[in-house]
Amino acid sequence: MRLYGTDVASRLLLGTAQYPSPAVLAEAVKSSGTGIITVSLRRETAEGSGAGFWDGLRDTGCRILPNTAGCHTVQEAVTTAHMARELFDTDWIKLEVIGHADTLQPDVFGLVEAARILSADGFKVFPYTTEDLVVGERLLEAGCELLMPWGAPIGSGQGLRNPDGLRAMRAHFAGVPLIVDAGIGRPSDATQAMELGMDAVLLNTAVAKAGDPAAMARAMALAVDAGRAGYLADPMERRDMAVPSTPVLGLAELNMTETA
Amino acid sequence: MITIAGAGLAGLACAYELAQRGAAVTLYERGDTPGGSSVARYAGGMLAPWCERESAEEEVITLGSRAVDWWEKVTTVHRRGTLVVAPSRDRAELTRFARRTSNHRAVAGAAIAELEPALAGRFAQGLLFEQEAHLDPRRALRDLVDKVRALGVEIRCGGPAPARVTLDCTGMAAPLPGLRPVRGEMAILHCPQVEIRRTLRLLHPRMPLYLVPRDEGLFMIGATMIESSSDRPVTLRSLAELLNAAYTLHPGLGEASVVETGAGLRPAFADNLPRLTEQDGTLYLNGLYRHGFLLAPAMAQQAADRLLPETSDEDHRECQTA
Repeated sequence: MRLYGTDVASRLLLGTAQYPSPAVLAEAVKSSGTGIITVSLRRETAEGSGAGFWDGLRDTGCRILPNTAGCHTVQEAVTTAHMARELFDTDWIKLEVIGHADTLQPDVFGLVEAARILSADGFKVFPYTTEDLVVGERLLEAGCELLMPWGAPIGSGQGLRNPDGLRAMRAHFAGVPLIVDAGIGRPSDATQAMELGMDAVLLNTAVAKAGDPAAMARAMALAVDAGRAGYLADPMERRDMAVPSTPVLGLAELNMTETA
Repeated sequence: MITIAGAGLAGLACAYELAQRGAAVTLYERGDTPGGSSVARYAGGMLAPWCERESAEEEVITLGSRAVDWWEKVTTVHRRGTLVVAPSRDRAELTRFARRTSNHRAVAGAAIAELEPALAGRFAQGLLFEQEAHLDPRRALRDLVDKVRALGVEIRCGGPAPARVTLDCTGMAAPLPGLRPVRGEMAILHCPQVEIRRTLRLLHPRMPLYLVPRDEGLFMIGATMIESSSDRPVTLRSLAELLNAAYTLHPGLGEASVVETGAGLRPAFADNLPRLTEQDGTLYLNGLYRHGFLLAPAMAQQAADRLLPETSDEDHRECQTA
């Protein structure tokens, strides 16, 4: 998978918030096999410094994708992106512009505007968006080279609320990397996303809040691999009726009459 | 002579443990008063190992379950348990909390009303951790200072410690690799019209809250957990979230006076567990994180075992502290 010209081996991206401790987080990152971890940057963090925590993240050897989590306006998101670029020395930014406090639904209007500003400024934007095709087109026009549609509201663990919408996205944006971001609760959700042809999955809470985060991280990695392999293997189509898996034609002839 | 740098919670607890075992101890404190600059002043004072296990390692229980007995010899401890509740729309949080913890029992609305009449009709389900307790951190620090002095420990305030000390308990000031600050913010409310007797925890995916009753209508509410080295005053966002959560717990708290807000930096290692480490001939006790009152007793005992190995026998310890 290539994201903004960079080859990425693992199709699982992992968030770093809400873990019981940095030690547990490091273990989860390792067992997930991920190459990209997201880091939320808050103004309050940046004003002091989260250096102690960030050192631990750098030690994982993963590429860091800072995000603008918790930003509700274009200006906040743009400012946070600039702080992130300086702090982590990367032009990658996961762009979140939150429109609604309870659903954490993206404000897609602000998102497109922020994406345009940041892309023009040299950022490589990973936009957290909905499955809306028109918004997706606008984001690509704004300079994004990939899209990150939600599966369900952030942290809800509901899985894919609109698989048909994601399928339509896959069909419409052939060749554009699509990463399902948010809403994954269980490994089967990640598999389903990958079976739909998504290029990768980004998740956080499902691992961080699991009883055993490292074990769940590994389960998610396996699930992503399984879904991807299944997609590439060109799965059969669903049918309404049964089809015997043993051919009907050419059955052994059980002739009950004496042949001798 | 055992010298200790830092008369915060850790330093005082170690001095107490060592002096009880007969050692001559001198404590050095940069601040003007012992305990006066300790981040423990902003603590909740919960002795809640089973609740804490939800997001901490098993050691909070193995090391923390005897803290109540230790503190009872020092200060007033309220053995009233912890009541954990969640708003109905966050019921799943309660299910998860119950699964991740032990030593609790489920309580329904009627039982909650009996335990805390002020919460009658507000929460349909909760968890009661009967063996947990709480104390008043500032009073506990003062009482610990008195106990330590009564045992003959000298406390020298207002100046630096000698270049080399036996034991370093200076928290974030200690030069230890891997030690990081975790910012916490809290507030103290005065609300005599609401009566709550035990520690309450409100589960909420965005802003989990605990409320610890103090004397005279005071309540401590906390606390944020932010990976930051900034010790600036509480932010509006954090305070708004804390106060909103308190209001969700009981609307009567809407009339409370916010008499104090505070922010402090908890020293923590990567596993969020405290550690005794030796470096250049000095023993360091650090990394108490958000478990100062819970884990300081066990860590002080371990420090004393290291410094006075001849007293480290468990039976002997029982005699000394009995």
